[in-house]
Amino acid sequence: MAVADAGTRLEMLRDMVRIRTMEERCAELYTETKIRGFLHLYIGEEAVAVGVIHHLGPDDAVVGTYREHGHALVRGVSANSIMAEMFGRYEGCSKGRGGSMHLFDAATRFYGGNAIVGAGLPLAVGLALADKMQGRKAVTVCFFGEGAMAEGEFHESMNLAALWDLPVLFCCENNLYAMGTALDRSESVIDMALKAAGYAMPSWAVDGMDVDAVWDAAASATGAIRAGGGPQFLEMRTYRFRAHSMFDPERYRDKAEVAHWRERDPIDTFAARLRTEGILDDDTWAEITRDAEAEVDEAVAFAEAGTLEPIDQLTRWVTTDPEEATS
Amino acid sequence: MTTSTSTGLITYREAMRTALAEALRDDERVFLMGEDIGRYGGTFAVTLGLIEEFGPDRVRDTPLAESGFVGAGIGAALGGMRPVVEVMTVNFALLALDQIINTAATLLHMSGGQFNVPVVIRMTTGAGRQLAAQHSHSFEGWFAHVPGMRVLAPATVEDARWMLRPAIDDPDPVIIVEHGTLYGAKGDPGSGPVDIDHAAVRRPGSDITLITYGGTLPMTLEAAEALAADGIDAEVIDLRTLRPLDEATFLESVARTHRAVVVDEGWRSGSLAAEISARITEGCFYDLDAPVGRVCSAEVPMPYAAHMETAARPSVDQVVAAAREAVAGGG
Amino acid sequence: MPSLGADMDSGTLLEWKVAVGDTVAKGDIVAVVDTEKSDIEVETFHAGVITELLVEEGTEVEVGTPLAVIDDGAAPAPPAETHPEPEPAVEPTPEPEPEPAAEPAPQAGDAAERPPVVHSPIVRHLAEERGIDLSTVQGTGPGGAVTRRDLDAVAAPADRPAASTAASAPTTTPPRPTEDGSRVRSSPLARRRADELGVDLGSVTGSGPDGAVTIADVEAAAGELPTTPAPASPAPAPTPPPEEAATDRSATVRAATGRLMARSKREIPHYYLSTTIDLHDALEWLERTNRDRPVTERILPAALLLRAVVVALGDQPRLNGSWVDDELRTADRVDLGVGVALRGGGLIAPVIPAADTLGLVETMDALRGLVGRARSGRLKGSDLGEASVTVTNLGDQGVESVYGVIAPPQVAVVGFGAIGERPWAVEGMLTVRRVVTATLSADHRATDGHEGARFLSTLDQLLHEPDRLSEGTPS
Ligand SMILES: Cc1ncc(C[n+]2csc(CCOP(=O)(O)OP(=O)(O)O)c2C)c(N)n1
Ligand SMILES: [Mg+2]
Repeated sequence: MAVADAGTRLEMLRDMVRIRTMEERCAELYTETKIRGFLHLYIGEEAVAVGVIHHLGPDDAVVGTYREHGHALVRGVSANSIMAEMFGRYEGCSKGRGGSMHLFDAATRFYGGNAIVGAGLPLAVGLALADKMQGRKAVTVCFFGEGAMAEGEFHESMNLAALWDLPVLFCCENNLYAMGTALDRSESVIDMALKAAGYAMPSWAVDGMDVDAVWDAAASATGAIRAGGGPQFLEMRTYRFRAHSMFDPERYRDKAEVAHWRERDPIDTFAARLRTEGILDDDTWAEITRDAEAEVDEAVAFAEAGTLEPIDQLTRWVTTDPEEATS
Repeated sequence: MTTSTSTGLITYREAMRTALAEALRDDERVFLMGEDIGRYGGTFAVTLGLIEEFGPDRVRDTPLAESGFVGAGIGAALGGMRPVVEVMTVNFALLALDQIINTAATLLHMSGGQFNVPVVIRMTTGAGRQLAAQHSHSFEGWFAHVPGMRVLAPATVEDARWMLRPAIDDPDPVIIVEHGTLYGAKGDPGSGPVDIDHAAVRRPGSDITLITYGGTLPMTLEAAEALAADGIDAEVIDLRTLRPLDEATFLESVARTHRAVVVDEGWRSGSLAAEISARITEGCFYDLDAPVGRVCSAEVPMPYAAHMETAARPSVDQVVAAAREAVAGGG
Repeated sequence: MPSLGADMDSGTLLEWKVAVGDTVAKGDIVAVVDTEKSDIEVETFHAGVITELLVEEGTEVEVGTPLAVIDDGAAPAPPAETHPEPEPAVEPTPEPEPEPAAEPAPQAGDAAERPPVVHSPIVRHLAEERGIDLSTVQGTGPGGAVTRRDLDAVAAPADRPAASTAASAPTTTPPRPTEDGSRVRSSPLARRRADELGVDLGSVTGSGPDGAVTIADVEAAAGELPTTPAPASPAPAPTPPPEEAATDRSATVRAATGRLMARSKREIPHYYLSTTIDLHDALEWLERTNRDRPVTERILPAALLLRAVVVALGDQPRLNGSWVDDELRTADRVDLGVGVALRGGGLIAPVIPAADTLGLVETMDALRGLVGRARSGRLKGSDLGEASVTVTNLGDQGVESVYGVIAPPQVAVVGFGAIGERPWAVEGMLTVRRVVTATLSADHRATDGHEGARFLSTLDQLLHEPDRLSEGTPS
C-alpha cells in the first residue's frame, strides 16, 4: 500500500480533527436550537472524505449528500460560511436558503448538499459528461451512502458512466445503515463492489476507517480516471458513531456494536499510528486541536454575527438573474 | 411510545398508529411496507411498535427504492393483498410518481375494468420544520389532478383515526397525505366511522368562507377567530378529500357568504387552490361579491432559514388580510 | 287584516290598542300589525264600540281576515260591519278591497313561485345597450336564460321599439357596445341583486377595488343598508332595533322587496330616459322663499322636485295610473308614492294622497310627516294606500342618478339623484351650476318614449319657472 508523505498525512489528520471538532460543536448548537431542521453528522466517517478529497485539484468537482459538512470543509469551503449556513444566515455558503443538508459552493466546485437519496449520482454523471465533451481533464467525485445503491438512479447512473466512459469516481460510504435499515436487510448482495463490477467498472472495497487506505485507493482510482480509463467505484467501509440525524432512538443497532466501531475511530487510530511512526508529537497534536477549536470558535462567532436575509428577497433565486449566471 | 389516553385526547400520530394496528388486526390481507417503518420505528414514529406486534412480514422495511416498492404495493394489491405503503415524504414520492400515475391510476381503465388497484399510499407533506427545499413541499395537488385515484388529507385527529379503514376498503388507489406539523396535535379521536366523500364545515360562519385542508386547517381556524374579533364571521371548510372534490359543500357555503378565500400550502400557480377557485367561479359566479382570494406558499422552493420559511408559507396574518380584503371589497 | 302593501300576503297582529267595550272614533289606532316590511298601526275607518276581538296577539293571518267587530249603533249590523279595516285610505271607493290590482294574484302561482331567471352579465349589458327588455325575450339558454343569440334575434326586426336611454333618437339598428367600456365594474352578486332590486348599476357609486360596485353599494343605493356592510362593522348599528326578530325582519323585508321587484322586471317592459336639469333658478328662488320661513318650516329641494313632478304629470297624465288587464287606467288624481329608505334596512314607498291638490308648502308638510312616520316604523294605514306614480330620490346617498323599478301596477317611477355642482354652459359661457339628474322609468305598454321625453322636458321647464310651482301655495 502506498502511503502519503508525512506532511500530507499530518494535513489529513488535521482535516479529520477539523471536521470532528466542527461537527461536535454542531451537535451542541443543535440542542441550543441555533441549528434547525435535519442535521446529519459525519462523525466516525471522516477518513473517507479526507482521504479522497486530498487528491482533488481545483478543476475537479465534488457531489455530496445531506451528510456533507466534512466534505465541504475539506474541499475548502470555509468553516465560517458552513456554520453561517447552518444558522440560516445570509453569509452562509448557500445564503441561508439551504441549511445543513444543502451546502453548495461554486468556487470549489462543490455541488451539494443533495438530500434526495441517490439524486446526486446522475448529477455527477452529467458533470463528468460535460468535462469529457469539453476536453477538460477533471474528475468528478460522487459521495453517496450504501442505501442509495438500492435506488434505481444508482443503477442508471452506473450504467451511463460506464457506457460513456465518463471520469467519475463513485464513492460509496458504506456505513452499514440507511437510517435504521441495516445493509443486510436492504440488499440481496451486500458486497457493494461486486454490484459495481456488474457494470464492468473497476471497483474495490476499502477500509474507510483508515485514512491511509482511503488515500491509497483514491490515488489509484483518480489516477486511472485522469488517464482516461473511465469511471471507478470505491466501497468505503465505515461507520457513523452518532444517530442518523441529530436524534433517533437507535432501536436498530445495539450499543456494543457502536462501541466496537468506536475502537476503530479513524482519528484516534491514525494519530496513534503517526505517533508510532514519529510523525506526530504532543505539541503538534495540541496545535492541531487548538487550531481546530479556534477555527470553530471563530465560525460560531461569525455565524452569530451573521445577518438575516431581508424577507423582501424571498422569491430571489427562483429563476436566474442574467448577471448571476454561473453555468 | 407515549399515549395520553387518560385525557381521552390522543395525538394525530397515535390516531394514525391505532388505525394501522386495527387494520392489521382486522384484515389479514393488510400489510405495511415502506422505508424504516419497522426497526427504526417510522420516520415520524407513526408505525412505532407495530413491528413488535405484527412482525417483519406485515410491517415490512424496504430498501430505498420508492419506485420499486410502491410498484410492488400496486402489484400486491392486484394479487389480492391490501397493502398500506408508506413513502416518507411527498418529495420522495416523486421517485414513485411513475408507478402511482402511470400504473396505479391507469390499470383499471387500461384493462377495460378488469384490474382495480386497492392500494393505500401514505406520505408526509408540507413545510414548517425548516427542512428546506427537498423535504417540505406540498404536492398533493398534483395527485389530486389525476383521475383514477382518491386523495385524502386528514387534518384532525378524528380523521387520522378513522379515514384509513374506508381508504383500505376503497377498491381503487388512495393517497393519504399527512402534514408533518400535525403529528403532535392532540384531539378527540371520536368513535368513528367517518366518510371519505365529503368536506366538513369545521366552523360555521356567515360572512366569508375559508376553504382549506390538512396542515393549514389549524391556522385557518385561528384566522377565523381573529376575524371574529373584528366582527367578521368566517366559515371554515376542511376539504378532507382532495379528489374527488366535494364541491357541493363549498359551493353551498360560498353561495351563502358570497366571499371565499382558499388556503393551500401548495404553490399558487396550477394549484389545488386554483382548481377550487375555478369551481367557485363556475358554480356560483352570481353569488360572489368579491374575487376569490387565495393564500398559498410563495413561489419559491422552501428556504431553510426560519424567517424565510415562515414568510414563504401561508400565515394567519395573510389569511386574515385576504379575508378582510374580500369583505371590504364587498363593501 | 288590511292589505298594507302590494306585496303583502299576510300580517301578524302584534298588539291590540283597544279592548272589548272601548268606544273608537274614525281614524283611531286600534292595532299594530307586523308586515314583512315594518310594524304598521292599523286605524279604524268606523266609529263605534268594540264588541269582539277576533284575532289574538301574535297570530299571523291572511289579508282579508276580519280582526274585530265594531258595533256602530246602527240597528241591524250587516255582515260587512264585521269587516272594518280593509278600506283603502280616506277615499270612499265603491270596492271595499284595495288588493285586487295590487296583488300578484292574476297569474296565480306561476310567476310568483318561479325564481327570476338570471342572465349572464354580457347579455344584460348588451340588452341595456340595445334597449331590449330582457323580460320580453324568449330565452333559449339554461333555465330560460337569454343568450346572445336570442338577443341578436330580437334585435334584428327593424320595427322593434327602441326604448333605450337614448329613446329620443330611435334607430333601426341597435347601438353597439361602446369601445370605452361603458360597462360598470361590479361584483357578480351586486349585478344580480341590482337587477332584482331594479337598481341601475351605472347610478351606484362603487366602494370596492377600483370603484367596483359591491352588494353593499347596491343595497345602500336601494335604501337597504346605511352605508357600511354588516360583516365589517365591529359594532351593531347604534339604534338597537326594537324587536329581537330584527334580523328576521330585514330578511323578510328583503324577500318581499325581492319578490315585488322580480315581478316588476318580469312583467313590465321598462324604458328609461334621463335628463340633467339646471337648478340654478329653482334653488335661488327656494332660498329667497325660505329666508322668510322659520327653520322648522323650511322647504327642502326634495319637496320642490315632488311638486314639479306632480305639476308635470298634469301635462302627461298617461304616466299617472295603472296597467290592469292589459290596459292603462289613468288616475284622476295624483297619489304620489315616495321612496323612503328605512334606517334599520328596507325600502318603503308610502303615499301622499291627492298630491295634486297640495301646494308647495303642503307638499313639504306631507313629506315631512311621511318620512318621520316611516322611519319610526309607525306608518298609518292611510300612508300605505295605492300610489298612482312613485318618485324615488337617492340624492342623500350621493348617487348621480337612479333608474327606479316600477312598482306594479303603476306605470312610471321618477328618480332624482344628488344635487351637485357641475360645469355648465349658459349662453356660450362656461359656469358652475347646481344640477340634478332626473330619470323616468316607464312602462312601455302604457306610454312610449316620446311621451316620457315630453314629461322630462316639462319638468325641466317647471324648475326654471319655480313661481309656477308655488302656485296655489297658501303661504
Ligand atoms: C429518495 C429518498 N428517500 C428517502 C429519503 C430519507 N432518507 C434520508 S437519509 C436516508 C438513509 C440513507 O442511507 P444511506 O444512503 O446509507 O446514507 P447514510 O445516511 O447512511 O449516510 C433516508 C432513507 C431521502 N432523503 N430520499
Ligand atoms: Mg448508510
